[in-house]
Amino acid sequence: MTDLKDLSREAKRLAVVFEATGADIVELDFLQISNVLLDLYGEDIRGRAFTTNDPVYGEMMLRPDFTIPIVEQHMANSVSSARYTYCGKVFRRQEEFPDRPREFLQVGYEIFDGTNPEKADAEVFLLVNEALKGIPVRIATGDIGILMAAVRSLSTTETRKKALLRHIWRPHRFRKLLNQFSGLSSKPQPNQDFEDYNKLINKFQAIGSRNVQEIKERLEQIKLETETDPIDPEEVKILDELISLRDRCTVVLSHLEKLSKKMPGIELTVDNFSKRLTSLEKNGTNVDLLNFEGSYGRTSMEYYDGFVFGFYSETRTDLAPVATGGRYDALTERMGHGKRIPAVGAVLRPDLSLLLRENYHD
Amino acid sequence: MIRLGIPSKGRLMGQTFDWFSERGINLVRSESDREYAGHIEGIKNVQLIFLSATEIPRELSAGRLHFGVTGNDVIQEKLVRSNQQVELISELGFGFADLIIAVPYFWVDVETLDDLDAVSAQFREKHGYRLRIATKYHRLLREFLMKAGVADYQIVDSQGATEGAVNNGLAESIADITSTGNTLKANHLKILSDGLILKSQATLFKSLMAEFSQEENQVANLLVKKLSTRD
Repeated sequence: MTDLKDLSREAKRLAVVFEATGADIVELDFLQISNVLLDLYGEDIRGRAFTTNDPVYGEMMLRPDFTIPIVEQHMANSVSSARYTYCGKVFRRQEEFPDRPREFLQVGYEIFDGTNPEKADAEVFLLVNEALKGIPVRIATGDIGILMAAVRSLSTTETRKKALLRHIWRPHRFRKLLNQFSGLSSKPQPNQDFEDYNKLINKFQAIGSRNVQEIKERLEQIKLETETDPIDPEEVKILDELISLRDRCTVVLSHLEKLSKKMPGIELTVDNFSKRLTSLEKNGTNVDLLNFEGSYGRTSMEYYDGFVFGFYSETRTDLAPVATGGRYDALTERMGHGKRIPAVGAVLRPDLSLLLRENYHD
Repeated sequence: MIRLGIPSKGRLMGQTFDWFSERGINLVRSESDREYAGHIEGIKNVQLIFLSATEIPRELSAGRLHFGVTGNDVIQEKLVRSNQQVELISELGFGFADLIIAVPYFWVDVETLDDLDAVSAQFREKHGYRLRIATKYHRLLREFLMKAGVADYQIVDSQGATEGAVNNGLAESIADITSTGNTLKANHLKILSDGLILKSQATLFKSLMAEFSQEENQVANLLVKKLSTRD
């Protein structure tokens, strides 16, 4: 049983690292209106957050994280640069892992600043590293931005690219679509003529909000898709190489530079990756020892769209990561209704860092 | 005293009585039908508790029932990691029902979950909100669609007459139990070809959460043994 005094001391120890930057300290309501979270995460969030009902506001959730409400507040008030830090409890339903806690402390840090994104990436990473000093951790890093840029630069239809980008955080469906678009697996073939389909619509009663026009438009899309050439196998090969990259950052950089010769669309993001490494190195990180995984952050971090990282216990592989973080530029745009500002952040778990500290010293 | 939960209403109750009597166990409901209690002929120390089939999972999980008859669907929906809370004793061979996802017949462009996912994206873009699926099986539907990688939908709670939800403008699609498919057809709905979430039937469960005294354990064993042999 963790001593609560030890836990709050550990939380304080992590928090001061971020507070020392002069960041604004944020407090948030426990109860958050569900709509914002549902719009972002979809129905899946209901499996992870506790919901309740307010007679006036409707469905509300016990805050499952701080980042989303902070982004929402920041985008509502301004688009100027800011640094925020917080320390407080979040609440999670644990259906899949009943042994994990339903409420736990989070300490976090968010930077909204577009002047030098790679420097900001490095700043967040280094602060987390500093806060967790003395704990044996395995660090994983990745960059979703490179993969997204690769998808955007495919020489194929916008519809296909949009479909792939929509599922970048669902690797299984992403793969299924990619296989269909590249002719590796058979496309679902319409079992009758498109003319017949159009006649068929009128045979049945039109019910619900989706109307006949929408169905015709989609039939048109399906028809177009069947007539479109498969994605160039060379391009698919590059995508596959990007996804399966797994090496030290410096080795990865030289791979990426070679790949960007073949796929110029990723050049800018590879440049950014290189700048980030320089920034990290300048501040004392040995990037020769830092690991990079091409698909890191694709399964559990659905709003990160650039640099991503996680700090894991070396010995207790059963534990959730002690810290995770990353860049979420698109999120600010989505919540800013047109306004946008590059942003990056991280979140740490004092309960886990304390546990690992204690284990280490035992 | 062993507490055995029996569905309190309709055909499910009648068929449960028949199933037990085929195995030499006669369930007897108290003289007043309104009492929702009963006993077993010739076996002491078993108390029948009549309650809604949807409440039986909760009672088994809380250990207030030692045994209970209910659909596998409601057990899966209501109990997380159900195999740690209840043990399947016997499938009873009636009350068959499939939990499925259905969409309007006139959606001629939709046959599979892949289509549903693509339509969800299209719908959200056109209408500005997520495609609504009406159901009372929130958890099962959510887990099923998460595994299938379907995004941009929302669940609308529907505790009854779910098949009418699309026709009544409450949803674009539904997830519900069907046995013959006739009600779906009457409401202009078709089942997705890969939209089967779960096959269900009436099932006798034993609670792994209930305490069994030595005496209760003996009665329980006797009961299970009798039920495994048909007269």
